Amino acid sequence: MMSFARYIARGELARALDDMARGRVAYAPRREGDAVVFRPRAEGEEPLLARATVPPKGVIFPQSERLFAFIREKDPNDPGRTTVRLDSTVDIEPALIFGGRPCDARGFHIFDRVYLNGPYRDPYYAARREATVVVTLACTKAGSTCFCHWTGCGPADATGSDILLTPVGGGDEGGFVAMAVTERGCAVLEQANLPEADAARMDAAQAVHAATQAALDAQSPAPDLSATPARLLERFSDADFWRDMSDKCLSCGACTYLCPTCYCFNITDENDGGDGMRGRRLRSWDNCMSSLFTREASGHNPRMGKALRLRNRVGHKFSYYPQLHEGVVSCNGCGRCITGCPVSVDIREMVVRATQANEETPNA
Amino acid sequence: MPVLKGKELRVVGFLCNWCSYGGADTAGVGRFSQPTDLRIIRVPCSGRVDPMFVVKALLGGADGVLVSGCHPRDCHYSQGNFYARRRLETLKTFLPALGIDPDRFQYTWVSASEGQRWKNVVSTFVEKVHQLGHAPRIEEAAPYLPLAEKGDTLPAPLRPLAWPAAGTLTASLEQLREKIRAALPELDCVIGWQQGFDALHATPLFMRKPEDVDKLTWGPLNVHNLATYLPQFKNRKVGVVVKGCDSRSVIELLQEKLVEPDNVRVFGMACEGVVDVERVRKAMEPAEGAACTDVAPAAVAVEGDGLAFEGDTPVRLKLADVVAEKCRTCDTPVPLLGDVVEGNASAPAGPGPDAPPSLEALDAMTPEQRRGFWRAQMDRCLRCYACRNACPMCVCRDHCIAESRDPHWTTQEGNVREKLQFQVIHALHLAGRCTECGECQRACPVNIPVLALKQWMNRSVLTLFDYRAGVDVNAVPPLLAFAVEEKNIKEHGL
Repeated sequence: MMSFARYIARGELARALDDMARGRVAYAPRREGDAVVFRPRAEGEEPLLARATVPPKGVIFPQSERLFAFIREKDPNDPGRTTVRLDSTVDIEPALIFGGRPCDARGFHIFDRVYLNGPYRDPYYAARREATVVVTLACTKAGSTCFCHWTGCGPADATGSDILLTPVGGGDEGGFVAMAVTERGCAVLEQANLPEADAARMDAAQAVHAATQAALDAQSPAPDLSATPARLLERFSDADFWRDMSDKCLSCGACTYLCPTCYCFNITDENDGGDGMRGRRLRSWDNCMSSLFTREASGHNPRMGKALRLRNRVGHKFSYYPQLHEGVVSCNGCGRCITGCPVSVDIREMVVRATQANEETPNA
Repeated sequence: MPVLKGKELRVVGFLCNWCSYGGADTAGVGRFSQPTDLRIIRVPCSGRVDPMFVVKALLGGADGVLVSGCHPRDCHYSQGNFYARRRLETLKTFLPALGIDPDRFQYTWVSASEGQRWKNVVSTFVEKVHQLGHAPRIEEAAPYLPLAEKGDTLPAPLRPLAWPAAGTLTASLEQLREKIRAALPELDCVIGWQQGFDALHATPLFMRKPEDVDKLTWGPLNVHNLATYLPQFKNRKVGVVVKGCDSRSVIELLQEKLVEPDNVRVFGMACEGVVDVERVRKAMEPAEGAACTDVAPAAVAVEGDGLAFEGDTPVRLKLADVVAEKCRTCDTPVPLLGDVVEGNASAPAGPGPDAPPSLEALDAMTPEQRRGFWRAQMDRCLRCYACRNACPMCVCRDHCIAESRDPHWTTQEGNVREKLQFQVIHALHLAGRCTECGECQRACPVNIPVLALKQWMNRSVLTLFDYRAGVDVNAVPPLLAFAVEEKNIKEHGL
């Protein structure tokens, strides 16, 4: 799989990206105010190599997208009759995402299992996913909230990527070893007309992968989470446990919208004008921390409080999803939910404490 | 439709059923010629006009909005227009914060018999709007992001922020812990802080058992305003640890009867400023674009007017360089109520500035720049509502109109207009209630400077009503009251 590798000198990166992104809209991290977000990159623009505050999932799964427009038309001969016309043209441009991290790219793999390879194929997601090349940057540093190595992901995990770049060497001497992970990645890399990465550079890339992995292991050795799915189910009715876990939670959606794997959505119709004759059906991000997520038409809400909502979030990622998807957890350990949380709710703590058997007997 | 093609502009009028709507009718019956740009919406009373009606119209593309009701003292419901006057005047002073020309909005009084006056009012206002022309749209403004990543110099803090020596601090903290342990048996829990996921981040702590109290920390990393949690403990006794600024939120909650005085125990100590983690990140000068988790120090120690970061590269940062913006202008370091363990704080070195730094920055912009500023800033909003949920005064929570389908204030569209509209809802609902704790901005995962809107609103409220929220439990919020003769509101001539 890693037979096709090229080398990009640091100074060549912008040029190489231009070539790789030919005919595509290239998204790259850009600083906006005090945040780093993925934005369409101008040709020749030197990309920011920072890890983005918000993952690139919005490129393939937009925050809000139009599924179709509807137009009601009155029958001129019989004004009581209306017909509905739908316009479901979807404007999808070929795209390239540069500069996501392995945890970001693996997020698309978690999506793929649900929207591409599950019992239902989501045409909107599929179209964007197939039109988008993912060029990922391997990590060289372990942030204090990084725990990818707990979840089956890792600092050089290529799952979900088409091309994996690994920074090697430092300063102006440095560059990137670019490894094609998929056929498509091969083709895109070929467009850039780059020298082959020699054995020394391949070794250097391997060394970077190993060093980051070692830094992560030293920071927080991965716990054994094999019993977690079952333990979380056992904890399902443990009200005190979930109260303790969710005490400080504000029940906002920051964790969910910053998560590269959260794939839930809401569907709403929005009218254009007040007469209800035309409008759009939208699909937009939704989050299980919100009351509306489960509120039923009757007004009843099976998840009344934040404890039950947080239980769902943790349970979904570490128990329900893995049980449906061969043990794959739907968390890549990017840590954004911890960093981005206004009150630092730590999913690692919740998972570890739920996994520890008989850590404390629930209050009778 | 000639509205868009011809020379007409889109002007929306909200007219009171009892006076102005009748006045417009009288003008029609009298066959006075009037401009045809106005689209009238009849409302039961000018007091029914939520300022959001006006904002939604203006953000949605209206070129002007006119509200007209009964003359003061002549309201069909006695007082509706008095409340309306306060709200609408507050709105008028707020619109420039969004880059909207305040002349595009006007409110006035016309009685049912004043056909001639109605003609004059509507002609004058529409002519004014015509002079201004088509309203520029915020989503079409050129993005404007003036704030430098680094090197933005901030004014020196009002007080010489210096925490007590380590020994004194530990002794006070131990005293605080003792008080909490003693009170714990009668309380559901006491809310404080403990160390979070790394040495730079604290996290709220809910103390239920005596041993939990050992984890309590005190210092400049206790950034959260824990008053936010109080309303959810309805009918239960709860304790809360506060800084000076947080105590103002508790006062505001008590004033609005959102918490019961008998059910809340307040513990506090004087505060010498809390950090802004973003500023720490910038000050540590890590690699280009690094996140705050990349600077993760092994330990952080408070040393008087600075913070010592232990780790691979030990650093000492001056508090004055990394404190939150609110601490620069803070004049309430000591909690205003409750059981204050340590009440000594440094005294202000001089008079407070006219405006906090972010508000000053917004003031310095032209209206066009402000539109570009909000367009550029709101673009990355995730609509996670952390700003709302972290706000101690946002108590509607699950019933917030931001997400309600009926009434349908905001759509699910991911555009700047919808996102900004919520920020306006937040600012308007906080008018006369916001204590500027800054939680909305601190909570924002993508660091949108939303606090500036509230600072603007607070300045309006202070100028118009000489009122500051969260100081006096017995005060009446200005928008829940009125004066028959308003001291600072002048009649707008139309």
